Amino acid sequence: MMSYNLYITEETVEGAADGPLAGRTVAVKDNISTAGLRTTCGSEMLADYVPPYDATAVKRLKDAGATITGKTNMDEFGMGTTTETSAFGPTENPAAEGRVPGGSSGGSAAAVAAGEADLALGSDTGGSVRCPAAFCGVVGIKPTYGLVSRYGLVAYANSLEQIGPFGRTVEDAAELLSVVAGPDEYDATTREAPPDSEAAVDYAAAADGDVDGMEIGVPTELLDGADEGVVETFWDAIAELEAQGASYHEVDLPSVEHAVEAYYVIAMSEASSNLARFDGVRYGPESDHEGNWNEEFADVRDRGFGEEVKRRVLLGTYALSAGYHDKYYKKAQDARAWVKQDFDSALEDADVLASPTMPVPPMAMGESLDDPLRMYLADANTTPVNLANLPAISVPAGETDEGPVGLQFVGPAFGEETIIRAGSALA
Amino acid sequence: MSDPAVDREEVRHVASLARIDLDDDEVDRFAEQFADILDYFETLDEVPEVESEADLANVMRPDEERESLSQEDALQNAPDSEAGFFKGPKVS
Repeated sequence: MMSYNLYITEETVEGAADGPLAGRTVAVKDNISTAGLRTTCGSEMLADYVPPYDATAVKRLKDAGATITGKTNMDEFGMGTTTETSAFGPTENPAAEGRVPGGSSGGSAAAVAAGEADLALGSDTGGSVRCPAAFCGVVGIKPTYGLVSRYGLVAYANSLEQIGPFGRTVEDAAELLSVVAGPDEYDATTREAPPDSEAAVDYAAAADGDVDGMEIGVPTELLDGADEGVVETFWDAIAELEAQGASYHEVDLPSVEHAVEAYYVIAMSEASSNLARFDGVRYGPESDHEGNWNEEFADVRDRGFGEEVKRRVLLGTYALSAGYHDKYYKKAQDARAWVKQDFDSALEDADVLASPTMPVPPMAMGESLDDPLRMYLADANTTPVNLANLPAISVPAGETDEGPVGLQFVGPAFGEETIIRAGSALA
Repeated sequence: MSDPAVDREEVRHVASLARIDLDDDEVDRFAEQFADILDYFETLDEVPEVESEADLANVMRPDEERESLSQEDALQNAPDSEAGFFKGPKVS
């Protein structure tokens, strides 16, 4: 078969003898720590890094009997929308050859699309599970912030990111979510299950395809400016849901017009702080110890980081620096609160909100690398969900000549079962 | 007149704050791109001030000793170590 450059490290790790995922294969994004198995984050900086411990999500996979197939290719440290900023070369989209698989969890989505793994884990900071799911024609879920432990996920922007599952069907992805979800004593941002609920939720049981009576809100702002073929495919899918008993109304979400810039200011600011630890002392490329601490540090980071990572760390440093903090960071936090309010009020009159996952079909490889701003703008529909800490799912809705189109359902906080039910009516 | 676009000096200054060496090509490219990107970020000025009630709760646990990585495991990825310590460049 063709090589799509799906894996950075292809190595099988067997899980427990039995469990809910026994006999299933799972590909794991290379920013999720695996004990004894190289974890590079798609970066030269961690090219030889071997974690001494498992991420909680990985431990749960193994306990559930899954077989790990390897560590998948990704944009360096999760920074990208195309899986082309990896230090290990770009991944190609198996569902639209010659095009990008989306990013940053492109290797994970592509591994599922190519049939190389039954399931996969990715991470979603501003759409990094949903975007590649949409471009590769598979299902991806971004859980509510706090549902899945981030322990062992190499952090990029802590307040935004969640580990999320991929599958070929909604039921498959939901099954994987059930395995990794739940409180974790190693991550204080995970939410405790309410005292009267069962500790583990069977999300797959919600994939019953029953949307009769479901009310769908369609934010018009997320259709404005989208590619024509994408919009057509989106409305065809809504019509199909209507035929199954759902109804829809249009909603206004004025705040989403500012979500992308708020997202990037916050994510870059958090990145500038998180990536400060890569100094070549505890891990990273060897330094020759000739200069002083600062000189060595700057040299190691020049050699270890790729251009997109440098761009974001620098912009984040700038946004947080004296004189600019109020202008960028504080304003971005205001926008974040506004987005959250907008979503909460729209979800008072709707069970789910629906939009195209990506406003564009998969880009041709190489096309967007030279224009970072253009790449950032492609994240318009996914980033608001991370700012609002809500759950969302991307399901295949059809194809244009340029490749698959994904439909995104957004639900209320911890309303995973609702978006899974909605998605299962389509895939 | 609007603020001057980000100049090369400013890019170099931020790069030194972030402790990342840049070559001249990168400085040129970033100066140009940052002007566009920061210009776009300025549309945040249109965002109204929003009353946000953060739904936060402290999560505390007893401060008790528990299992952790062994010294050997913690050092296994270090490019250089000596007698159980990380070895880094001189401070000044």
